[in-house]
Amino acid sequence: MTFPRTHSLVFWLLALTCAGQAGTTVYQKPSEFIRAACGGTLPPTNSLPLSAAHQARIKRLLGHSYKPSRVRYWISGTRLVVILDEIGKTQPITAGFVVSGGRLEQVKVLIYRESIGSEVRRTSFTNQFKGATLGGSGKLSRRINNIAGATLSVRALTELTRLALYLDKVRPK
Amino acid sequence: MTTLMTRIGTAAIVAIVLPISASALTLEELAARMERLEKKVEAYEKRYGPLDEARASAPRASHEATPASAATNWSKGGLELDDAESIDRIYEAGETGSVGDNWWERTHLGGYGEMHLNLVGGGDNTLDFHRWVLFLNHRFNDRITFNSELELEHSLSGAGKNGEVELEQAYLDFAFANGLHAKGGLFLLPVGIMNETHEPDTFFGVERNPIEKEIIPTTWWEGGLGLSQSLENGFSWDVGVHSGLNVSTAGNNAYRIRSGRQKVSNAPANEPAVTARVRYTGIPGVDLSIFGNYQNDITQAAGTEDNSAYMVGAAAKIQRGGFGLRGLIAGWDIDGSAVAAMGRDQQWGFYLEPSYTMPLGDTSKAGIFGRWNWYEFARGEVDQYDAGINFWPVDNVVFKADYSRIIPDGGKAEDVFNLGVGYSF
Repeated sequence: MTFPRTHSLVFWLLALTCAGQAGTTVYQKPSEFIRAACGGTLPPTNSLPLSAAHQARIKRLLGHSYKPSRVRYWISGTRLVVILDEIGKTQPITAGFVVSGGRLEQVKVLIYRESIGSEVRRTSFTNQFKGATLGGSGKLSRRINNIAGATLSVRALTELTRLALYLDKVRPK
Repeated sequence: MTTLMTRIGTAAIVAIVLPISASALTLEELAARMERLEKKVEAYEKRYGPLDEARASAPRASHEATPASAATNWSKGGLELDDAESIDRIYEAGETGSVGDNWWERTHLGGYGEMHLNLVGGGDNTLDFHRWVLFLNHRFNDRITFNSELELEHSLSGAGKNGEVELEQAYLDFAFANGLHAKGGLFLLPVGIMNETHEPDTFFGVERNPIEKEIIPTTWWEGGLGLSQSLENGFSWDVGVHSGLNVSTAGNNAYRIRSGRQKVSNAPANEPAVTARVRYTGIPGVDLSIFGNYQNDITQAAGTEDNSAYMVGAAAKIQRGGFGLRGLIAGWDIDGSAVAAMGRDQQWGFYLEPSYTMPLGDTSKAGIFGRWNWYEFARGEVDQYDAGINFWPVDNVVFKADYSRIIPDGGKAEDVFNLGVGYSF
């Protein structure tokens, strides 16, 4: 068995296996997530303008400044539905959040673009956030166990959960 | 493209305004104004999606009452963004807008580094900036990325110097559906706990554990092709065909695994090697893996007996609240009469590392650990006990202090105190 021949065989196997598939993974379309969280209907899109005070607080929650000047959200009864994204390592992770009465009801990874760390999409991981609240110091009430090899993606989702809970606090009610 | 509504609206404005202002404005001026208006509408649509005349005049029945006044309902004034298609398009590229299409927005820098002070009982103390590493990654498109890692070890490189400049990673990654990735180039092998993840803020101890130095020659990289996939059920797998080790057959380092790394530097490539791993991370805080490597002739020498070799191992990394436990076992079996005669045909070792980490304030944390290492390698058997503390002022910066007692079989025990500082970004 020669070295180049082996590699050549593997290369063509790879090419045949992978041809035509896509990289970015959409686990659920954002509109479908909103519909599912709002009883099958799509409520009107609302916008929360972020004041300087909001931005300062968000900066502490995320550990960095937040680029958007407003956040879209949807309301269903007392529930806030918001879709946020945050860079994991180099790519934004888009996730949907449902918050009710200051508690996180659901978080779901909707679009994943990073080359590693997609394990954060699993419900066994995201279920850890259920029931979490935001403490005065900006910490979550629940300790989130890490996933080896997905540290930055875990960190991104934790930061976004803090942001979603904060948005529920400051949104008009 | 201007929508039908825009054109109808523009025509209506012209019809109303034209008789009134015809005396003040020429048709050319009006045409110029219309053109500017159309351009503004086009720019708006490009950013926020098409204007939808049907929904502008008839709000959806399912819409709920508009929330309090501080919020802006985007369906007001015809700014229709609450249809499914528009919403999906907005989030398609990531709303933060941090990842643009310019090459510099698709290129990312990162790195890590660590400095160590080793205080050796009865010997010379050393201060060493052990590793300074720079990552350079580039995304060509949604499917293809380039990842690289350049390292300067021991501060100085060159003839007669302690250190060296090393290319530790340089590969193209092809992302496909269902968590499948293919890569080609120079990459880290998927073995053990630390070979792929060894930033100083991710582990306890100033120095890396000896098992993942002498048995698994961390940091171990090779050139070749790899496939990996992360599955929904918590399992993932990796397989790679790549260049292999090239150990010497004589001297103090004969059949020493760590000395067989060629670092893909004009390396003999007469014998390929294969590495595979199955990993389970389906429970948060739990990481279990088994892995193996096979090479047809670990000496890559023509005209002598083939020294086929295989390495197998298992690793566990468990975190429950503040409590952590790491454990690893790995061993080599090398065929051949010469290596058997030297007693170096079986080399293996294990370690167990319990730890506890606690938060200190909003961003800081501290942790303590103990570790028992035992290994048998080309130079004999060694028992090593480590204990120490890590302090993280923030997640990516760490200060470390530890104590090691190293007991070689039949040799003199050595006590070492280590201090270290590290970072990653």
